[in-house]
Amino acid sequence: MTKLIPLKEAIQTYVHDGDLLYASGFTHLIPFAAGHEIIRQGIKNLVLARATPDIIYDQMVAAGCARKVIFSYMGNPGVGSLRRVREAIEAGQLEWEEYSHFSMISRLQAGASGLPFMPMKQTGATDLASNNPNYQTVCDPYTGEDVVVVPALVPDVAIVHVQRADAYGNAHVWGILGEQQLAAFAAKTVILTAEEIVDEAVIRSDPNRTLIPGMVVNAVCHVPFCAHPSYTQGYHDRDNAFYLAWDEISKTAEGVQAYLDEWVYSLPDRGAYWEKLGSEVHQRLQSGECWSEPVNYGDY
Amino acid sequence: MSELAYNPTELMIINAARLLRDQDVVFVGVGIPNLACNLAMRTHAPNLQMIYEAGVIGAQPSRLPLSIGDPSLVTGSLAVCSMYDVFTLYLQRGNVDVGFLGGAQIDQYGNINATVIGEYHNPKVRLPGSGGSMEIAAWANRCYIITPHQKRRFPARVDFHTSIGYLSGGDARKKTGVRGGGPEAVVTNLGLLQPDQTGELVLTALHPGVSFEQVQENTGWPLKQSGECTVTLPPNAEELRILREELDPQKIYI
Repeated sequence: MTKLIPLKEAIQTYVHDGDLLYASGFTHLIPFAAGHEIIRQGIKNLVLARATPDIIYDQMVAAGCARKVIFSYMGNPGVGSLRRVREAIEAGQLEWEEYSHFSMISRLQAGASGLPFMPMKQTGATDLASNNPNYQTVCDPYTGEDVVVVPALVPDVAIVHVQRADAYGNAHVWGILGEQQLAAFAAKTVILTAEEIVDEAVIRSDPNRTLIPGMVVNAVCHVPFCAHPSYTQGYHDRDNAFYLAWDEISKTAEGVQAYLDEWVYSLPDRGAYWEKLGSEVHQRLQSGECWSEPVNYGDY
Repeated sequence: MSELAYNPTELMIINAARLLRDQDVVFVGVGIPNLACNLAMRTHAPNLQMIYEAGVIGAQPSRLPLSIGDPSLVTGSLAVCSMYDVFTLYLQRGNVDVGFLGGAQIDQYGNINATVIGEYHNPKVRLPGSGGSMEIAAWANRCYIITPHQKRRFPARVDFHTSIGYLSGGDARKKTGVRGGGPEAVVTNLGLLQPDQTGELVLTALHPGVSFEQVQENTGWPLKQSGECTVTLPPNAEELRILREELDPQKIYI
């Protein structure tokens, strides 16, 4: 059965006040359109988990959607500080829970694998562990040595953007894979946004490229340019100019409010947002072409 | 030969590049480490392989990547894997020779703070946090730290151990059981600091025209000078040309 529904409906149906949300994508494929829709719907008290909160969570925190962030690198990637999240934390207005990248991803790996926790080697850096009780140590029963463990992360909802999916949620992803697959398998509910909706035959033509199978997906939404100002490999480039601009915009609460008014609240959806960006931006973000060699799967 | 003009950032990049060896597998960050690796590849280390924490192996970016997950890292790379795979199969397994690190504070024993200034739960300044650096510092075979030399960046003790160097010195690092060897050098705009046998960072090289006193003034502990303290070779014309014309023509980092 098709799972294809509009993004607005998917957010209304599957994202609730107080949920633990993982909007995935490491620099690549960050589902900004979904973040904006959550802001428009006024969803509150979310626990926002991401390795890198990025601008998407800076905006959601500024819009009052979150009570807590879980992260492993809280910066504006390639630019500097993530001002709204940082200010909220420094002012004591936002709870936080912090990991290193690997321990954050290990938590998802445990959640995605149905395990209670994941072990990792010692890093010797114990200050984070002594401030976050989720870091524990257990004895390796085979060597008697200590290993560090972190508990499974099981988001209520994961939002995952992909290049192409069929209507059932079988999805092809290429480029930086980040934690896309882990987030989808770890979460109780998965909203998939896709640059293109393709026939199931396209997916079946290249099954090695299927990162996420439809069986773990609840909703499929056709949202071209969902990831702007981040990027979608082969579809459009990262808008580095906007990441730099956000550093200015986010210096004040008023600046962010004005941005949200203009680019989120007064627009109905991503289509309108992309149109409003204008042809100059569209042109600047063109990705050009570099095709892979096809492979022969064999006719059996 | 007339003396070439160069700025402190160029000096750091060029000196960091010279520390890299051919065949090194390097876990790279954007900015200065990325420039140092690309410079090394175009000079003495053509077989160096760059790995990015986003999961890109053998990247050959055709433009200057502006984020750790830039699309130009992917196109033309050898392999792309998930983040979990890059941290386990490559880093934790011991397949990474070199890690490049930076941080807000570096202390006497090469420990790094990129997390908070002040108290953790009531921070004076909240910094970005570990990212990949906690594991890179622990598990890469060797590490290099690159940072401008300022007193506030070089306290005797870091406020927070985001990633470790030699902890309190002696065999403290070894006792933790971490697999990697620890920081081998800190490259600054004034010179090079390297660990002595106890893990304490001592001055082993000055950049041309820099005095020991200048370095001491910018260091938060009584700095020792190695008996074999040298002066680094100034950047040469070819290094500067590659950096300025090929790697960062828009002068984003330099």
